Amino acid sequence: MASNNGDVKLIGAWASPYVMRPRIALNVKSVEYEFLQEQFGSKSELLLKSNPVHKKIPVLLHNGKPICESSIIVEYIDEVWSSGPSILPSDPYDRAVARFWAAYLDEKWFPNVRAAPMAATEEAKNAAVEQLKEGLALLEGAYGEISKGEDFFGGEKIGFLDIAFGSMLGWLRAVQVILGGVKLLDEEKTPDLCKWAGKFSADPAVKDVLPETEKLLEFSKILMAKMKPASSS
Amino acid sequence: MANELILLDTWVSPFGMRVRIALREKGIKFEYKEEDLTNKSDLLLKMNPIHKKIPVLIHNGKPVRESGIIVQYVDEVWHDKAPLLPSEPYPRAQARFWADFVDKKIYDTGRKIWTTKGDEQKSATEEFIGYLKTLEAELGDKPYFGGEKLGYVDVTMIPFYSWFHAYEVSGNFSIESNCPKLMAWAKRCMQHESVSKTLPDPKKVYEFILQLKKRLGIE
Repeated sequence: MASNNGDVKLIGAWASPYVMRPRIALNVKSVEYEFLQEQFGSKSELLLKSNPVHKKIPVLLHNGKPICESSIIVEYIDEVWSSGPSILPSDPYDRAVARFWAAYLDEKWFPNVRAAPMAATEEAKNAAVEQLKEGLALLEGAYGEISKGEDFFGGEKIGFLDIAFGSMLGWLRAVQVILGGVKLLDEEKTPDLCKWAGKFSADPAVKDVLPETEKLLEFSKILMAKMKPASSS
Repeated sequence: MANELILLDTWVSPFGMRVRIALREKGIKFEYKEEDLTNKSDLLLKMNPIHKKIPVLIHNGKPVRESGIIVQYVDEVWHDKAPLLPSEPYPRAQARFWADFVDKKIYDTGRKIWTTKGDEQKSATEEFIGYLKTLEAELGDKPYFGGEKLGYVDVTMIPFYSWFHAYEVSGNFSIESNCPKLMAWAKRCMQHESVSKTLPDPKKVYEFILQLKKRLGIE
């Protein structure tokens, strides 16, 4: 049973939303791959060799050739396996819009998901939470415009922006718990996104990739222990 | 079908320059609107309410934002004229990677050079040279990052050439002596009208930085 897809490996880690993106994309295209998981706290020789510039996951290795940066990998997957369902929209303007929101999520929004639980002061935490809520309000509006009445940002099927944003849902849910039940995704304020989140999480390409909130909460304890200074005040 | 293109931009922005170079390479006509970033126009605020930043390319009334995204959009819409991204997926991914590298590293580190002093400035300068050397290694023996012709990475990086003088004077170092191959590449790019017409006089960029520092209250 020779694969026409070539040799496909993904260097990553189960908890990283950036790694979830190419995993979902490969699932959308029904491409089998070997998932090489990095050990938490150390970087493998293969990772350092494959991504010498940033030394970060994910890295896709296709027939031994590395592709780095999650959004770039997803676009690569879409272009190589072009006979499978499309991930990027076909219209250039729609592509520009999808890329814009993915960049917004990466540069402005997700850093607050990580910052909120680690905030040193109550003030800083509240500021991060406000930013997250504002961002979600913007995304609720964007969803309305982009989905045009369909289930996903990508239309009938999940697409680039669904994957870019949806990969963050696991941590978003975990952070809501860590912050003591703060409602970031809110049925009253962001009803469409709540529905979208449910549908996205249940999608066949997604459900085995998006970790359960419980698992992420356990992992976050290890993460936070590693990041906090040794002495407590 | 009328193709109305308006570019909201500022003369000194390396991000705006990328878009201008791409449009000029492809021979596409556009209307240029100089923004005063201390007094942003209603049009800019309407077209980019989230970031309120330039460049914004307005195509038949619809805004495209973020310089890298705009250049890719222009390349896709006018794909038959002077293509900037390679046609094959692997080289495309590589081009996007290196453009992303430029985006993540060059502007912010360069900014540290002219906004700081002493040890902080020295380490920013060293970091900056390190990144330029990484780019030199990627360029290798090719005339352009895009191979035989100007490509996406060239267009993304060349605007910073107009800022080199400002970095050098601020940080008291020479980019030419550290990265001669990169300087040769830059001069090669400047032979293209799309580039030479777009890049401002480096001395004017340095004056701009001096004025900006005054305004920001940086010594």
